[in-house]
Amino acid sequence: MPARSSAADPDPAVRSAVRTALSVSVATGLYGVSFGALSVAAGLDVPQTMALSLLMFSGGSQFAAVGVVGAGGGIGAVVATAGLLGARNGLYGVQVAPLLGASGWRRLLAAHLTIDESTAVATAQPTPAATRAGFWWTGAGVFVLWNAFSLLGALLGDALGDPRRYGLDAAAGAAFLALLWPRLSGDDRRATRTVRVVAVAAAALALALTPVVPAGVPVLAAAALAVVVGALDGGGAGAGRGPGGGAGAGGGDDDAAPVVTP
Amino acid sequence: MWWAVLAASVVVLATKVAGHLVPRALLERPRVVRTAALVTAALLAALVAVQTATGGGALALDARLAALAVAAVALLLRAPFVLVVLLAAATAALLRWLGLP
Repeated sequence: MPARSSAADPDPAVRSAVRTALSVSVATGLYGVSFGALSVAAGLDVPQTMALSLLMFSGGSQFAAVGVVGAGGGIGAVVATAGLLGARNGLYGVQVAPLLGASGWRRLLAAHLTIDESTAVATAQPTPAATRAGFWWTGAGVFVLWNAFSLLGALLGDALGDPRRYGLDAAAGAAFLALLWPRLSGDDRRATRTVRVVAVAAAALALALTPVVPAGVPVLAAAALAVVVGALDGGGAGAGRGPGGGAGAGGGDDDAAPVVTP
Repeated sequence: MWWAVLAASVVVLATKVAGHLVPRALLERPRVVRTAALVTAALLAALVAVQTATGGGALALDARLAALAVAAVALLLRAPFVLVVLLAAATAALLRWLGLP
């Protein structure tokens, strides 16, 4: 149980995991300020902003939801965009669930705390005890700080007034670029090239569709493009076509690795 | 707006729970994993484009584009997330103060 492990734990691997968890929590929590400010700039009020941080609790999906709202997208586009961006959390859950061995309400709590950062810290630990400590401390730390700083950002954004005057509308694009950036590089050169090509094509497609379809649809069309490429693309590191082979599973694990924002 | 906020939150939360409950073999196929990574990158790239170069259902070039360029340079220099966002906002605010759209 997480409550037993702490910075005072005699196990050095656990102590190290907790230290990592705390520094990741502070770094991630801080950019909750930008989420809160962007959310109210997009037209959500403070309670709605906090509902996203408390209930959705997944940075990329939250930024996407307010981005689509800000662009004038309908409820379907908001749900679909946030949901698709949150799909990777499901894959993280598949990875961390067997490492945590949680059951009952703890399993539900673990699921809610399964995000890029907690998965990254957990899977980087050398021992099972450190893995559990890393997951719970990162998940809980990010949750507390992310929500605290979301609230601060939302209140600040509310007080500032016209978001354009402070360049807050430009901050949204920069936030998405910062979330995308670490995904554009990786060890597998072929997979990385595919990701880059799809990213550029997705941006071009979204811009081309914007004048002709309702708000929110261009972003979903970009996701559809990625699904088609993913379905047609032959393979990853192994270059072979063997479905579910040993090498393929290894490459798959690499691709599922969570990417922590800078 | 509340409906969109709650529905989207429920979908994202349900996805997390599903990841912890469904059998491993169902989701951990290389093709599924690869496609999920591509979808994430495509959505983020499309959001960058839409947030930076469109407004009111049309293409729009303004101070946001310069702000994005500054953000890209900051990312190349490995600036932390908060600094990247702040620099972009400051760039757009400055350009607008100077009279750009």
